[in-house]
Amino acid sequence: MATAKKKVVQWEPVDIKAELLKQYPAKVARKRAKQIMINEAQENSPPSEIVANVRTIPGIITMRGCTYAGCKGVIMGPTSDIVNLVHGPIGCSFYAWLTRRNQTSASGEKNENFITYCMSTDMQDSDIIFGGEKKLAAAIQEAYDLFHPKAIAVFATCPVGLIGDDIHNVARQMKEKLGDCNVFAFSCEGYKGVSQSAGHHIANNQVFTHLVGKSETEKTDKFKINLLGEYNIGGDGFEIDRILKKCGISNIATFSGNSTYDQFASANQADLSCVMCHRSINYVADMLETKYGIPWIKINFIGAGATAKSLRKIAQYFGDQELTDRVEAVIAEEMPEVEAARLEVYPRTQGKTVMIFVGGSRAHHYQELFNEMGMKTLSAGYEFGHRDDYEGRHVLPNLKVDSDSRNIEEIQVEADPLLYRPRKSPEEMQLLEEDGLKFKEYQGLNPDMDKGSIIIDDLNQYEAEKLVQMLKPDLFCAGIKEKYSIQKLGVPQKQLHSYDSGGPYAGFKGAVNFYQEIDRLVNSKVWGLMQAPWQENPELSATYVWE
Amino acid sequence: MRKVAIYGKGGIGKSTTTQNTVAGLAEMGRKVMVVGCDPKADSTRLLLGGLAQKSVLDTLREEGEDVELDDIRKPGYGNTWCVESGGPEPGVGCAGRGIITSINMLESLGAYEASEGLDYAFYDVLGDVVCGGFAMPIRDGKAEEIYIVCSGEMMAMYAANNICKGIMKFAQSGRVRLGGLICNSRNVDNEKEMIVELAKKIGTQMIYFVPRHNDVQRAEINRKTVIEWNPEVSQADEYRGLAKAIDQNTNFVIPRPLEMEELEKLLMDYGLMEA
Repeated sequence: MATAKKKVVQWEPVDIKAELLKQYPAKVARKRAKQIMINEAQENSPPSEIVANVRTIPGIITMRGCTYAGCKGVIMGPTSDIVNLVHGPIGCSFYAWLTRRNQTSASGEKNENFITYCMSTDMQDSDIIFGGEKKLAAAIQEAYDLFHPKAIAVFATCPVGLIGDDIHNVARQMKEKLGDCNVFAFSCEGYKGVSQSAGHHIANNQVFTHLVGKSETEKTDKFKINLLGEYNIGGDGFEIDRILKKCGISNIATFSGNSTYDQFASANQADLSCVMCHRSINYVADMLETKYGIPWIKINFIGAGATAKSLRKIAQYFGDQELTDRVEAVIAEEMPEVEAARLEVYPRTQGKTVMIFVGGSRAHHYQELFNEMGMKTLSAGYEFGHRDDYEGRHVLPNLKVDSDSRNIEEIQVEADPLLYRPRKSPEEMQLLEEDGLKFKEYQGLNPDMDKGSIIIDDLNQYEAEKLVQMLKPDLFCAGIKEKYSIQKLGVPQKQLHSYDSGGPYAGFKGAVNFYQEIDRLVNSKVWGLMQAPWQENPELSATYVWE
Repeated sequence: MRKVAIYGKGGIGKSTTTQNTVAGLAEMGRKVMVVGCDPKADSTRLLLGGLAQKSVLDTLREEGEDVELDDIRKPGYGNTWCVESGGPEPGVGCAGRGIITSINMLESLGAYEASEGLDYAFYDVLGDVVCGGFAMPIRDGKAEEIYIVCSGEMMAMYAANNICKGIMKFAQSGRVRLGGLICNSRNVDNEKEMIVELAKKIGTQMIYFVPRHNDVQRAEINRKTVIEWNPEVSQADEYRGLAKAIDQNTNFVIPRPLEMEELEKLLMDYGLMEA
């Protein structure tokens, strides 16, 4: 049923919420009501609360993924010279193979790029019955013999946890046996946790334990940062690296777009961690600070304005006039082209509306780009965000840790006796804070959304269709699972996980790409042609005799 | 063909009782197949005269898909067929999944076909019902009658009651029924009366009381069932009696497992009585 041509009805936020919940059984409605919030987070109003990071109600078709997807797919998938070996039946490996469009440039020491390989132990019935440890050890050996990689990462799928294969022990033994290959494993069985978010946490812990700080080569660049939570989808990371390089800022390690073993291993040598996706990587940011003394700030390279702002934050941190001048010069050089592209599409995109339900950061970040185009975000939410991603990190001390979260290991990190080195004195930090550079701070999505906009956690298929039918946005942003059900309603859908076949959208050149892509989508005439002429104006009409 | 599963607490004597009973049935001229559902693969030792059996899962692992019925079943005492499901060594893999795989394999190879002329298929199942795999013989109509081996000891009765919960669950959706409790005596005070009472409360019968006798141990040392080792001894007659009781049994029920307090009261009532 096409909705494109129907007239837009004005809905009050409370009515939208009521309408979304109407169809649910009482108990489900009660639960979902806590995850659907009418945004009031403005100055002088009481802070709103949203329930997030809780179990999806059985029967609901969620947009979420599993823990394995978060660990293998999101965090470790984008690395180029670490062999990813999935321990389990073949499906989990196959369907996580090259599906996220994270690009690699094979920039490692030996120009290795294992991302194109799909390595799996392909567990069979007999491996489930007799245990798969021997097969895993053999697979690690095979991967080693084939590639001689610096590291092999092993990922557990659901059955591995059920039968109790000790993958960490196998990894330890193989690491000892191989000698020159770092082998480590992730207990990221899909059923752990309530969403892929658990997998991010598991990946963060293991990367920090087994990789960070293992490099012996000293990085001597002047302005060294880590870029955390940037996954190089559609080449985003390439564009960010281009800009950073132009500014004279050295990116020691990206977690984990186009990353290499040495990047992870040298991350402890950076002087600042810049966090893009707060949800997926804040654990590493915190641990880098505790163990090595590297402060972190929240930045965002999605949106030309946000990119400029983030560069200025980095320059402010280093407090070097030469760097500040260079950053300003780069912004001045890059912006005219972006501005020209923006002004070109603006008359056509201004006033258009969008809904964004994706990730644990993207639903926030992309509003920057839409704002630049004059587009209004009617409704947004995360698939796997936590309350701090909505309301800001100030809620962290009050966050209730439920049993699902307790299931995920919390590793204890202490200051490294040799390598801990505060990058700034407490006085310097305080001065920077007073100048407006906030450390360890993320305000979340809510404050950046209009009053009365609908914020929904863990949106599902039913609610997505309902929202689109009610509010008729000009664009809906989510993932592949939602793409065609939304488009069947006559509304274009843009994938913000994989970018369809587009990108990069980060940085300056990315912004230009995005303006043009969105202009093309929201101004396409095709959505008005979803009903055939005879469906709208039948030449002949009749009724059945029994009616 | 009657399909029988023997459950009971670990160490209660399921395998010994099963094989001795099967020997009794064989003596009566019944054609029986015993399927051992224990990763230790020791359910057919007495019928085969030793652990000469290659398990279904071992065969499957070594031969791949090219497995024939004769590769996995061996003829035992009294023209019985002996099969061991087998499974992983302790602490690895999934033994329950193994049982599912091997029973499916037996079925697909036609071990239960009418042409095999079986009167009985016996499943000797490991310990308590610990997971889905071990419930396999009572699911999907694989076994239709269950006997629980127990004694007058508290934990054995507790396990028997617990197994009844499993049977009740599957009985409601399938054909599986409880045929009775087999009391494998441990010389506990008032043991017989207590098990009779327990059986009554659960809604079934104590189908036989097997007294304790060292001849069982003597036969086992010789890797034989009592009937084969010395058909003249009194214990051989006891197993003949049990075999006959099972052969003639018509009392099949959906059990009503007891609440914990009820079970403890039973123990108190009988355990504290004068012997």
